[in-house]
Amino acid sequence: MSGIYIHIPFCKQACHYCDFHFSTSINKKSELVNALVKELEFRKDEFKNQVVETIYFGGGTPSLLTIDELRLLIDTVYAHYNVVSNPEITLEANPDDLTNQQINKLANTPINRLSIGVQSFFEKDLKLMNRAHNAEEAKQCLEEATIRFDNISVDLIYGIPGLTNENWLKNIETALSFNIPHISSYALTVEPKTALETFIKKGIVDDVDEEQAQAQFYLLVEELEASGFVHYELSNFGKPGFFSKNNSAYWQGKPYLGIGPSAHSFNGNQRSWNVSNNSKYIKSIDKSILPSETETLTQMDKYNEYVMTGLRTIWGVSIQKVTNEFGDDFTKHLLNQSQLFINQQLLYIDNEILKVTQKGKFLSDGIASELFKVN
Amino acid sequence: MKHIRNFCIIAHIDHGKSTLADRLLDSTGSVTDREKQDQLLDSMDLERERGITIKSHAIQMDYNYKGEQYVLNLIDTPGHVDFSYEVSRSIAACEGALLIVDAAQSIQAQTISNLYLALENDLEIIPVLNKVDLPSANPEEVTDDIVDLLGCDPSEIIHASGKTGFGVDNILAAVIERIPPPKGNVDEPLQALIFDSVYNPFRGVETYFRVINGSIKKNQQIKFIATGKTYNADEVGTLRLKQFPRTEIKAGDVGYLITGIKEAKEVKVGDTITDAKEPTKNPISGFEDVKPMVFAGIYPVDTEDYEELRASMEKLQLNDASLVFVPESSAALGFGFRCGFLGMLHMEIIQERLEREFDMTVITTVPNVSYHAFTHKNPDAIVIVNNPSDLPDPSTLNRVEEPYIKATIITKSDFVGNVMSLCIEKRGMITNQTYLTPERVELNFDMPLAEIVFDFYDRLKTVSKGYASFDYSPIGMRVSKLVRVDILLNSQPVDALSALIHADNAQNIGKKMCEKLKELIPRQQFDIPIQAAIGAKIISRETIKALRKDVTAKCYGGDISRKRKLLEKQKKGKKRMRQVGNVEIPQQAFMAVLKLND
Ligand SMILES: Nc1nc2c(ncn2[C@@H]2O[C@H](COP(=O)(O)OP(=O)(O)O)[C@@H](O)[C@H]2O)c(=O)[nH]1
Ligand code: SF4
Ligand SMILES: [Mg+2]
Repeated sequence: MSGIYIHIPFCKQACHYCDFHFSTSINKKSELVNALVKELEFRKDEFKNQVVETIYFGGGTPSLLTIDELRLLIDTVYAHYNVVSNPEITLEANPDDLTNQQINKLANTPINRLSIGVQSFFEKDLKLMNRAHNAEEAKQCLEEATIRFDNISVDLIYGIPGLTNENWLKNIETALSFNIPHISSYALTVEPKTALETFIKKGIVDDVDEEQAQAQFYLLVEELEASGFVHYELSNFGKPGFFSKNNSAYWQGKPYLGIGPSAHSFNGNQRSWNVSNNSKYIKSIDKSILPSETETLTQMDKYNEYVMTGLRTIWGVSIQKVTNEFGDDFTKHLLNQSQLFINQQLLYIDNEILKVTQKGKFLSDGIASELFKVN
Repeated sequence: MKHIRNFCIIAHIDHGKSTLADRLLDSTGSVTDREKQDQLLDSMDLERERGITIKSHAIQMDYNYKGEQYVLNLIDTPGHVDFSYEVSRSIAACEGALLIVDAAQSIQAQTISNLYLALENDLEIIPVLNKVDLPSANPEEVTDDIVDLLGCDPSEIIHASGKTGFGVDNILAAVIERIPPPKGNVDEPLQALIFDSVYNPFRGVETYFRVINGSIKKNQQIKFIATGKTYNADEVGTLRLKQFPRTEIKAGDVGYLITGIKEAKEVKVGDTITDAKEPTKNPISGFEDVKPMVFAGIYPVDTEDYEELRASMEKLQLNDASLVFVPESSAALGFGFRCGFLGMLHMEIIQERLEREFDMTVITTVPNVSYHAFTHKNPDAIVIVNNPSDLPDPSTLNRVEEPYIKATIITKSDFVGNVMSLCIEKRGMITNQTYLTPERVELNFDMPLAEIVFDFYDRLKTVSKGYASFDYSPIGMRVSKLVRVDILLNSQPVDALSALIHADNAQNIGKKMCEKLKELIPRQQFDIPIQAAIGAKIISRETIKALRKDVTAKCYGGDISRKRKLLEKQKKGKKRMRQVGNVEIPQQAFMAVLKLND
């Protein structure tokens, strides 16, 4: 079981908070798609023994691709990889690209899951973040998309300066009103060197507030769990049967192939990542050289990653698995280090599985770090 | 003896002493090409990295001059005020000194203080104008400065460059022609000055000495006068790049001695070596037991490492006799040691050596000088205060005395105002102001030593844009108004964060300490109040807000290794923290008082 991630590094305009790799100059788009096709072709041997269960178009803004470009990429995957009969094929899409007509066309491709970057249904929030769509487009596209697709995820952002708890609840309710089976939701984070950081420094935008983010996170958990969603990963909520298969692979340490500039790959022992520069990527692929760097994981790295990702999910950190894969020393370390947090009711052990409590969820990075092993 | 010359190089830091020493070694053929290495005499890694000489070193060179063979003993002196006593003993072992002055920087504070030491010991001074190759060199003006300082003739000043090798032959000629050969009588009882010692893990302590009278022979029974101990001279020899064993070292010459001594403490710089059976009646004058100037607690970050820390400190003491320590305990930190250091640099070096050579991560607490307290009950008995907790309760306190120093600062006249306000802020009293030239001023202050310990050097550099040099010497104890400022975290006093501070500054420093700690102590899952107090009176407070969010929202394919590394780094940082009550305090917070103005 494994997945293929394809990175589409273009956006119409830059959202103020975003530090992903993308370019707003779209003129290289077809050249890039050709490079993606070529990368897919020449990396096929890396996945010789793998069965592809998920294909994921992420970005950037993959909904900027034409139907033909999407088809070409999907066909290339089918031509060179061993794909299961009912793969999950996801397209990240922004509401402004999802016209009724485009939704209908997409529904006629093998794409069977949409992850829609709504973020908020309030104009004020969308403006503050410099999103390319407006509130009306967000609602409009959901109405149409839910007719044509069963498997839809909506992205929502909380902790936006000025977003009241009341409005946040309205955002959640609006999303729920479309009867979608999956929601991904993130706290607005001020990344270094983003426009948002500059605006905050200059006092143009208020700083994000931890207390607000924390309150809104717990409102979200409460609301969604009450509506039958499972909080299966820190930022992801799904109805049973609708968890994102592609993303779950990341948290469960499964292999994936990342295609495109800045995309990361993992083969179980090594992580590698392509250059984050569209022209360098295209040039290098053109010469059949993969512009990537690789790091080989030590047992300690793998243990740390397992703890870090495990604690974010309902699958937790299995003590049995730690013993089997890393040995008694690691288990002892893990149990020793967890004790303090168990006492503080931030962690608990359920059926030999270590998990964060509701209270611990919003602190889980700090906790994971404490459970790490370092030299 | 006619063919021996003993000399040292004195200079302000960075004026090129080590580089010039390298050139002298080259020119006399004392090193082969294979052995060549920059700053050859600076043998400790730390010395090379920091670019300062910490230990004294000595090396013997052969030189043929006008058909005659000479032996030149170069004694390198430490380059920092913390080690000024060792400098004075190295100087006492010589008849002459090269006074190196940077042709761009001219005379600086250490040039002057070392020059005075050399003149006190009647050394022949050979002024060298170094770095003449620099485009920014200013030979005419700096020559005038040197002439003013020494009262010499301009023609006596040798122009040189340690970088290009220019002038090195002239220096060697001057060493032979101008520096007098040693006087002394081989037939008198042995009298030799110890000017340094080096610890060798295989051979024990190597003692470096200069024979004044008599001679020292292999297997002679010898005695160290100050310590009163006798030894067999297992090996004596001269110091080449490698040691060169000899059967005898005679009056006037410099050499090393191995006796199987295992602890550096037994070898005291400045002590006199004599014959055990027929001792000299004249110990060499100027011997002092070096006293530590600065005290601080050293604790293991992990309480379990206490015994290991003790073992490491004992090993360090084997080769650093100026390090002293006694066990102490702290409510906050558990068991550790109160250590005495020659100065702040010495303290940093010890901490760094513990980490590098012994892999010991330690917490160093706020350093303080040694105070004398007197109680009402017994107003004449000194209570030595080397630790904030030693200070008697204010109600029983009659008075406190603190150590003072005489500070010498040389700066450009533009910065006199800035330097004065800094020194006055640091409770200094100006005692003298001399214009060395219209642009360069020497200022003298009487100042509390404690004020030098707390971020003085850095501020001096800042206020003078780097154009001030500084040196000091102790001048005794004076009455002072001292209070102990305590820090409370979560309403619990943390004794290891207490500091002894002059009453007039307590309010201000207490406030800054709270602010600094707020910056340094990581947020935890609860609010942490920080308070500064004198006795029961709270003088300042801050709160470290509870951590509400400690998780990044996204963690997909590309985020995993980046995030893992971030959290690993965080975990490593935590290893250097100490849990006090339920608060985790990073190592550097214990020294926060030193960096209050950053
Ligand atoms: N241009 C030039 N630089 C020099 C000369 N002598 C030393 N230096 C440089 O000055 C700095 C300090 O030299 P060093 O010998 O370590 O000085 P010390 O602190 O007196 O031992 C180093 O960066 C040397 O490379 C010289 O004659 N000319
Ligand atoms: S659309 Fe997505 S990738 Fe593009 S700038 Fe906005 S947040 Fe970033
Ligand atoms: Mg040097």
